[in-house]
Amino acid sequence: MSNTLFDKVWDSHVVKKIENGPDVFFIDRHLVHEVTSPVAFLGLKNRNIPVLYPERTFATADHNTPTINQHLPVADPLSANQLDALEKNSAEHGIPYWGLGHEKNGIVHVIGPENGITLPGATIVCGDSHTSTHGAFGAIAFGIGTSEVEMVLSTQCIMQPKPKSMRININGNLNFAVTPKDVALYIISKLTTSGATGYFVEYAGDVFKNMSMEGRMTVCNLSIEMGARGGMIAPDEKTFEYVKGREFAPKGQAWDKAMTYWETLYTENDATFDKELTFDAADIEPMITYGTNPGMGTGISNGIPMAESLDGGVATYKKSLAYMDFNEGEDIKGKQIDFVFLGSCTNGRIEDFRAFASIVKGRKKAANVTAWLVPGSHRVEDAIKEEGILDVLQEAGFELREPGCSACLAMNDDKIPAGKYAVSTSNRNFEGRQGPGSRTLLASPLVAAAAAVTGKVTDPRELMELQSV
Amino acid sequence: MAYDKFNILKSSAVPLPIENVDTDQIIPARFLKATERKGFGDNLFRDWRYNSDNTPKEQFVLNNPIYSGKILVGGKNFGSGSSREHAAWAVYDYGFRCVVSSFFADIFRGNCLNIGVLPVQVSPEFLDKIFTAIEADPNTELEVNLPEETITILVTGEKEKFGINEYKKDNMTNGFDDIDYLLNVKEDIKTFAESRPF
Repeated sequence: MSNTLFDKVWDSHVVKKIENGPDVFFIDRHLVHEVTSPVAFLGLKNRNIPVLYPERTFATADHNTPTINQHLPVADPLSANQLDALEKNSAEHGIPYWGLGHEKNGIVHVIGPENGITLPGATIVCGDSHTSTHGAFGAIAFGIGTSEVEMVLSTQCIMQPKPKSMRININGNLNFAVTPKDVALYIISKLTTSGATGYFVEYAGDVFKNMSMEGRMTVCNLSIEMGARGGMIAPDEKTFEYVKGREFAPKGQAWDKAMTYWETLYTENDATFDKELTFDAADIEPMITYGTNPGMGTGISNGIPMAESLDGGVATYKKSLAYMDFNEGEDIKGKQIDFVFLGSCTNGRIEDFRAFASIVKGRKKAANVTAWLVPGSHRVEDAIKEEGILDVLQEAGFELREPGCSACLAMNDDKIPAGKYAVSTSNRNFEGRQGPGSRTLLASPLVAAAAAVTGKVTDPRELMELQSV
Repeated sequence: MAYDKFNILKSSAVPLPIENVDTDQIIPARFLKATERKGFGDNLFRDWRYNSDNTPKEQFVLNNPIYSGKILVGGKNFGSGSSREHAAWAVYDYGFRCVVSSFFADIFRGNCLNIGVLPVQVSPEFLDKIFTAIEADPNTELEVNLPEETITILVTGEKEKFGINEYKKDNMTNGFDDIDYLLNVKEDIKTFAESRPF
């Protein structure tokens, strides 16, 4: 039987198979952050066991950190305590720790690729569901719970049944102003938030081949939002070019050896999947969500669907629209908004800031909008400055904050107030996700920028036709 | 962390007939700042359960004294979203030992199994029957029999099989966890690690 990309990587990491049970699954690289690790370290302490491979483990602070005045002590005592715990635990176990102020600090899924921790054919886990991001490199990467963080710290393995396989093909060329975020929101709107539960997804076809590494990361990042444990894209020249020379990537002979392996990482022509779906790139337009899960998305020129058009779940749908204070059938375009958030592991990379800047250039931030622009890492922040993007943003009335997860999950002070609407480039529009009572509309950096300068939900194409991008 | 053994659980149940209950609802991110596994039950369904001034929302099921028990029954796609194990901890810490739904999100299901909360997936029809039975009598009891992999609505005798892999079943009935297993095969793991190219 011919293998899929997923089979090749999965099967080569099985230490041991348990009959009628999970595989003992080896993890090449483990990313650790402050929120989901302290109880795992406590577990090691209680069992009196060390971290087995600290050199395969990397720690950063991102979820629970302020995005202003990072040079000052963290004001919230609980947050400070959690950061302190990670720093101490890392030091005790010999794990590299890139805390606040460190040049490599940033969102865990942004800094992994930046530093060459993320590699094709590797297995990567983190106590965070958006670990799926790293699948952009042809890695098997997925989020785990804290018990599993403890397993990986202590044994570099988890117990995991092999998921089923799904391939999502999208061929053709993307329309004007359609970004990787729109592609992902489109897929999720078709599959719903549970449509890929139990599966690991491979994205294939022209659209993903033609996408930048940043774009592939955005797509793979959102795999979890359709229920998939992860998503991956076969590595190609673009991938190898991105990885080469990065600090933790193989070098010299080790690079050549790795390349020999990486070039075998593709799905064989006659391999089969448990499920296969195909969409047409031409059908996708800039997307926006109107409800309280990422599957409730629509093309920006469409109206909010009628409950009767749905296949069941009417009560839950109506509850969701009531939370948003939206009505069935009305236009999403033109809705007044209050906040714009550009950032997160979904859209906090340099390409996202370039896209945002391309629209706000020569315009002004709308007076009714509070905008939080949060780079995914210090490296992204540096690039924003080096490329002159910061000047464009400042001229348009925007400020840049310091790196972190920020308003994506609002663990820090970056909370959208109750009842307010935010157009957000992040990944979840759940009730209260961005602050108790907050209302989130997920969208691409282009849609976010269009909202930021007009103060309402605006089709970015209307602004882009007036200037070249 | 080892947990209580799970064999047969007979209990009344708390109904939450909402679909796509995500882990941000089960426990909002602002309550994830602890460094120990303590007290998460207090914030289970925090924003559905309490107003912003911390007074209870009387219409929410956990604030309705007629419903109680060790089994939580949720709508389909229960536990979607974030990987936070804190969600499973909150469910456990509140006093639930079993969650019943017609569909679970992967990571939440795994987290539950790892801490001793049994996720029981039933058919949509059986889920409806459970909700109907609880609606008719809030004290109605369910019996979850892990060794036999069955769930029964005791008042009507209606019963359904559910699936769980043998390994996890064995773990739960004995109160073992995966780390116990992994530590026993550590030498195999070390040998395997030496063969990895990076």
